[in-house]
Amino acid sequence: MNWDAWIPVLVVASSLLPGLIIFFLREGSHRLRTGLNLAGAILKLALVGILVWGVFHEHVYESRWTLAPGLDLVLHADTLSVLFVTLSTVLWLVTTVYAIGYLENAPHRSRFFGFFSLCVSATVGLALAGNLFTFVIFYELLTLATYPLVAHRGTPEAVRGARIYLTYTLGGGMLLLIGTVWLHVLAGPTAFIEGGVLDRLTADYHLQLKMIFLLLIMGLGVKAALVPLHGWLPQAMVAPAPVSALLHAVAVVKAGAFGIVRVVYDVYGVNFADQLGLLTGLGIAAAVTIVYGSLKALTQDNLKKRLAYSTVSQVSYIALGTAILGPIGTIGGIVHLVHQGIMKITLFFTAGNYAETLGIHKISEMNGVGRRMPATTLAFTVAALGMIGVPPVAGFVSKWYLGLGALEAGTATWVIPVLIASSVLNAAYFLPVLYRAWFRVPGPAWPSEHIPAARLETSAALLWPPVVTAMLALAAGLFAAAPYSPLEWATLIAHREYGL
Amino acid sequence: MTDAMIGLVALPLAGALATLLLPRLATVVAIGTGLATTVAAGLLLFGFATQGALHYEIGGWSAGLGIALRADALSALLLMMTALVALAASVYASAYFKGTFERARFWPLWLLLLTSLNALLLSGDLFNLYVTLELLGLSAVALASLGGKRAAVAAALRYLLVGLLGSMLFLSGVSLLYAGYGTLDMAQLARTVSAGPVAWTALALMTAGLLLKTALFPLHFWLPPAHASAPAPVSAVLSALVVKAAFYLVLRLWLDVFADVVTAAAANLLGVLGAGAVLWGSWHALQAERLKLLAAWSTVAQLGYLFLFFPLLQALPPGAARELAAGGLVMLALTHGFAKAGLFLAIGIIQQRCGHDTIRGLDGTAQRLPATTFAIALAGVALIGLPPSGAFLGKWQLLAGAVETGQWLWLVVTASGSLLAAAYIFRVLGHAFGHRPYPSQPVTVAREEWPALLLASMAALVLGLAGAPVWGLLEIGT
Repeated sequence: MNWDAWIPVLVVASSLLPGLIIFFLREGSHRLRTGLNLAGAILKLALVGILVWGVFHEHVYESRWTLAPGLDLVLHADTLSVLFVTLSTVLWLVTTVYAIGYLENAPHRSRFFGFFSLCVSATVGLALAGNLFTFVIFYELLTLATYPLVAHRGTPEAVRGARIYLTYTLGGGMLLLIGTVWLHVLAGPTAFIEGGVLDRLTADYHLQLKMIFLLLIMGLGVKAALVPLHGWLPQAMVAPAPVSALLHAVAVVKAGAFGIVRVVYDVYGVNFADQLGLLTGLGIAAAVTIVYGSLKALTQDNLKKRLAYSTVSQVSYIALGTAILGPIGTIGGIVHLVHQGIMKITLFFTAGNYAETLGIHKISEMNGVGRRMPATTLAFTVAALGMIGVPPVAGFVSKWYLGLGALEAGTATWVIPVLIASSVLNAAYFLPVLYRAWFRVPGPAWPSEHIPAARLETSAALLWPPVVTAMLALAAGLFAAAPYSPLEWATLIAHREYGL
Repeated sequence: MTDAMIGLVALPLAGALATLLLPRLATVVAIGTGLATTVAAGLLLFGFATQGALHYEIGGWSAGLGIALRADALSALLLMMTALVALAASVYASAYFKGTFERARFWPLWLLLLTSLNALLLSGDLFNLYVTLELLGLSAVALASLGGKRAAVAAALRYLLVGLLGSMLFLSGVSLLYAGYGTLDMAQLARTVSAGPVAWTALALMTAGLLLKTALFPLHFWLPPAHASAPAPVSAVLSALVVKAAFYLVLRLWLDVFADVVTAAAANLLGVLGAGAVLWGSWHALQAERLKLLAAWSTVAQLGYLFLFFPLLQALPPGAARELAAGGLVMLALTHGFAKAGLFLAIGIIQQRCGHDTIRGLDGTAQRLPATTFAIALAGVALIGLPPSGAFLGKWQLLAGAVETGQWLWLVVTASGSLLAAAYIFRVLGHAFGHRPYPSQPVTVAREEWPALLLASMAALVLGLAGAPVWGLLEIGT
């Protein structure tokens, strides 16, 4: 084994091993735990840097371990996995800092950070999965690792929310497993290969392939929160803010969306999926989800719930981009994987800040919060505008490419009204919040002020993460044409997928 | 490697006698015996991997007259599992029975049980199998009644009667075969047996007896009370190993000896019973109010999965796909053994520390015993069949076989059973969260928690991630 084969393993291990050690630490060893977390996150970042450079220069990074005859655990870095790995790694680092600040003096921190690290390891593992079998393994591990995080607070609502989460995700995991086994019997080990591998099967198998596709997408759709499989997501809001941030931006929902992208592009192949007539169904499901999620978001007064329904809606842009045949739509969907992540994590960080600093949980309590917490509210504003699609924030770039892709594909012009309707709805549920925060006069007192105003509006560990991610969201939009930007990388992926 | 085969039987037998004669040293002797047996099982496995199938005739008397010991991949793997589970449970038991008056009675019976298990797995002759089966049943009943409570004794008595009925059915089948073919050596029988009334009746009788002993639905009624009222280390071995011994014999008879006699309809019947076991057992595990009952019902369900393989193996033509399915079956059986033993040991810790094992009363308990809770979680992952457990690989093969042969019913049963398993496991784990403070050390009762943790990790991690050699070993035998 040469060094190149070890790098994907190390990328996974750099959070797995610290996580396992953290389980055995005493509650009191705060410094050691923080040190392990940060060391792991930074090491992972360095390793991912090597991967990005190498994959761009067409190096092959692959590790393989046989679990049973014909069933290999494969970690393989290609352009798509590197995109997702980079996103998870960067946001993990930021979220770790945030979580350290958020959970200061809270009980059960060893358990929390242990599972937190396992969760990231599982995410990175499924990003690097080189075949569907490996993907399924990490997909299920992700379910297992996030369950204790959702239940973390231990209140009856938390345990109930976690149980609902588990019911949905294990059910979805079972469908995915059955689909994968079925495909394995038909086509042998299904490695992820750009352009797909299934078009060699004869027409006799097409019906079975359609049914398998349905199983796979339903299994993945649970995590990606495709309507009507999204019911767990608003319930999982009981989790602590860093968990919600990670769940919505990187780990769980993204795992589902990423899986859909993988299945369409690298298992079926987008052209073959189109031939089988599978893309239209996926597109319709995504469009319904986009509109439904936005409509539900409108009626929520609880800030985190509004954000949760917004996630339901926004993540489906990725599936929508996947369903539009043609490289431009592909770019729009894939780049949104990153853009939505950066913007949504900012929104959840800021929601956490309002709750931790002033006890604000509801939108109706946010009057004038911009004066008390200007930096947090500014970060919130940038991310919310990005979600609506206002240039130059990152979200604009995604929507632009999705719309352009729909026009280019010709057959998918129905996507345009969906995009417009969704943007209007996004504005309708975000702009009133911004108006309240900046222009309304604050009430006599905040619901419960935990952290008094000092030189900083809240503690530094809570303040910096959303500010950094908001700047990233802005930068991803402003410098979209720079080399190694998410957009450029998504373009590279699309070129390799379509063999351009 | 014949020394290892003899050692596997002779060591625990000598240990049983020694613990009887020297009760003061019983714990040391028993754990020493456990270690030595594990080494012997390891040597046997290694010997099999390098030399292939092993055969030894005691005293040089050839089969048919004397006692022959033989080992192939299946028995070598099961012997290894038996040795490891028994060793871990022995270490656990040394703490569990510390200072109790049952201690003196426990060790000789315990080692006798191991002797009979090992002898059963090494026998190649139906009469010896009958003898070891009887011995195994008797020592298991005696151990199950050790708790001494009324419920335990009643359950043990029922267990005894069922066991005797099972043995009698088995013996009548054996005598029928002897009358028909003049030999009881399994290898010779496999060559001479032909389809016909004698073979069918003998197979039916023997199978009925064994199904009773392995508690396949609807003959499972005796298992939950017996396994739920025995002392924890005994429950672990009963659920993980003893029922497996009877299953092992079913497997031998159906796949080796009577391979040409078995019909698809018969295999389907076993599959249907297995499906019933999976659904009925999982459903009852979900309803159970006590942890030990949950674990016992889960054993009923998990044995059901093993029987789902019979119709698949019957339908698959010899070749790669069939080998994979057979490997999956063995993998599932091994994983269940480790996982269920770990689960019962962990439950025993809860029962001893808190004085109860009701699921409702677990709040706070789980926080006080984090390592135990973690062991239950790991065992649970293996029982559900989630990755990275060995059961995941086993169930994968089960599902693949069902797709391959178009027997979709088994696929539906497996999927529903797994989801039910997830429901009953997470019903327990939901109690692990809450805001009571942690003890400062994650492992609080080392001598009991480590065995439970190691067994559970064996099932949930080691077999799943490093289990590929199982298929390789099974290939050597064919």
